[in-house]
Amino acid sequence: MSIDAHGIQKKFGAFTALDGVDLHVPQGKLVAVLGPSGSGKTTLLRIIAGLEFPDPGSGRILFHGDDVTDVPAGKRRVGFVFQHYALFRHMSVIENVAFGLRVRRRRDRPPSATISERAHRLLELVQLDGLAGRFPSQLSGGQRQRVALARALAVEPKVLLLDEPFGALDARVRKELRRWLRRFHDDIQLTTIFVTHDQEEALEIADEVVIMNQGRVEQVGTPQQVYDKPASPFVYQFLGNVNVLRAPALAVALRRDGGVAEAAKDGQIYVRPHDIELTPHDAGGPGLSAIVRHLHAAGPHARLLLEQVQTREQVEVEISRSELSDLNLRVNDLVRMRLRQAHSFDEDYAI
Amino acid sequence: MALPIASTLPSRPSRAATPRATRDPAWARWLLTGVALVFLAFFLVLPLAAVFVQALEKGLGYFLASISEPAALSAIRLTLLTVAIVVPANVVFGVAAAWAIAKFRFPGKSLLTTLIDLPFAVSPVIAGLVYVLVFGAQGWFGPWFIAHNLRVIFAVPGIVLATAFVTFPFVARELIPLMQAQGTDEECSAVTLGANGWQTFWRVTLPNIRWGLFYGVILCNARAMGEFGAVSVVSGHIRGETNTMPLHVEILYNEYNIVGAFAVASLLAVLALATLIVKSVVEWRQAGVP
Repeated sequence: MSIDAHGIQKKFGAFTALDGVDLHVPQGKLVAVLGPSGSGKTTLLRIIAGLEFPDPGSGRILFHGDDVTDVPAGKRRVGFVFQHYALFRHMSVIENVAFGLRVRRRRDRPPSATISERAHRLLELVQLDGLAGRFPSQLSGGQRQRVALARALAVEPKVLLLDEPFGALDARVRKELRRWLRRFHDDIQLTTIFVTHDQEEALEIADEVVIMNQGRVEQVGTPQQVYDKPASPFVYQFLGNVNVLRAPALAVALRRDGGVAEAAKDGQIYVRPHDIELTPHDAGGPGLSAIVRHLHAAGPHARLLLEQVQTREQVEVEISRSELSDLNLRVNDLVRMRLRQAHSFDEDYAI
Repeated sequence: MALPIASTLPSRPSRAATPRATRDPAWARWLLTGVALVFLAFFLVLPLAAVFVQALEKGLGYFLASISEPAALSAIRLTLLTVAIVVPANVVFGVAAAWAIAKFRFPGKSLLTTLIDLPFAVSPVIAGLVYVLVFGAQGWFGPWFIAHNLRVIFAVPGIVLATAFVTFPFVARELIPLMQAQGTDEECSAVTLGANGWQTFWRVTLPNIRWGLFYGVILCNARAMGEFGAVSVVSGHIRGETNTMPLHVEILYNEYNIVGAFAVASLLAVLALATLIVKSVVEWRQAGVP
């Protein structure tokens, strides 16, 4: 089922959480809503779920083309997984999963045996069937997360909404679980929106990424589109490390092919650390002189902090470790740097 | 809910050797513990023991006679009746107020929170006088009630009202921090799973607060049985009719029936002790809940 949001406006007192948000999520896709904290992404998710409502008269939520703006949460058929799971702490795992079926009206409620059978099947699906009798406090974070997912799926939702699904987990479990979620989504093909502040997570598993900032949508696109063609300086900076260089006059010198960089009205050039090429200083040729200020070689890549000689701007550079050993650099050495790829944005860019 | 702190800080002999930042020298520990125990002995245990000693001074027969004379029985009945009305009423009010304050945003919320504390801040005597002012013969609504042949002041309704006023913060005060700490996520997920408000309350909210609620009920019950000041103002001290147990104790004492007074007082003390034991069991149970 597709989800549409049109012109959603939401204020909490004087604070504007959402400022005219439009969103389209196609049927069966896994969509990430990505943004820093306070960007309104969770509010948007809660409005889609029916846990919050847009400001009166401001916008509409459509599920599969039907207006559900005034439909209460319980009737929207959404599966919602909360950031801290919100499992019912006084119920066993199996009772948590069965809850959505047990609270149905008598004429819609399956017999008790069917309910517990279905709950067990769902626990199998999330690979937790052995833990049916445990209480939430006896589970690890990753297990709780999956119980919350099974509980949400028990009511056979038409869309699945996940609020920071991996936010409270440690780095390793987080990575495992997000790949599991991707595979899981491919199996069940349920339209899914998840909210995250982690760009790596969003870019890795989502079909489409919606980037939000200060209550507005900045850009929508596939992970590759938003990474390679960021629509605004915000998106560029949010999706990874970036150097912001002033002085557009230097752009000529910086370009590898010696051509002219795109002129930017605000005089700023955005370049990712891995898009800078370093050559020995005495080799000459185009480029800018810089001094190595800091060297960090632990991990898969070497990270260098350079200081541009003319402007004294700090530049972060990422090169492979073999390149670093070829260059044979030390702190306070001089080096030449050139840009492989750079971006600039017009100052009066429109969102 | 606060866990009993004492049980989480045992002085284990195996650890005694390892110096810790929070460990005080032996003399300081003994001195502080000693001071606390002596204080407790003089101000709590001794008077409590005195109540029972005095009550039994003229023998068990006199004790039983004192608590089974008609006026005493009537006082016991009235106290139990008051408790039976006030405690359930305050449970309903307390849960509703705590639910509203902890789970919703609405204008006037901080005013409501302050008002709940009012009975703690106001002297019980004033609480009683307020009801006399409102419902008394010269009060605002008094003439209307008298015209309709209803007695509030110097009758059971007044006693119930005054007791309810004095005891209403107990349940709400116990539940508000607990419900605030638990947040609304569980309720929200119940709602997205299709539960209606009633199901959410009975299946999610109430089970989560049941021990806190029970604790509040116990405290409310203890205070309702023992309330003197407010009840004294509105009761009129009609023996056998509007005397509660604490008022009956006072009357007997003023009549120099010391043993009789202490006999009834010892009943109140037993009720209080039983309450404390139940409370400890609840706390202990609660500490063991996963």
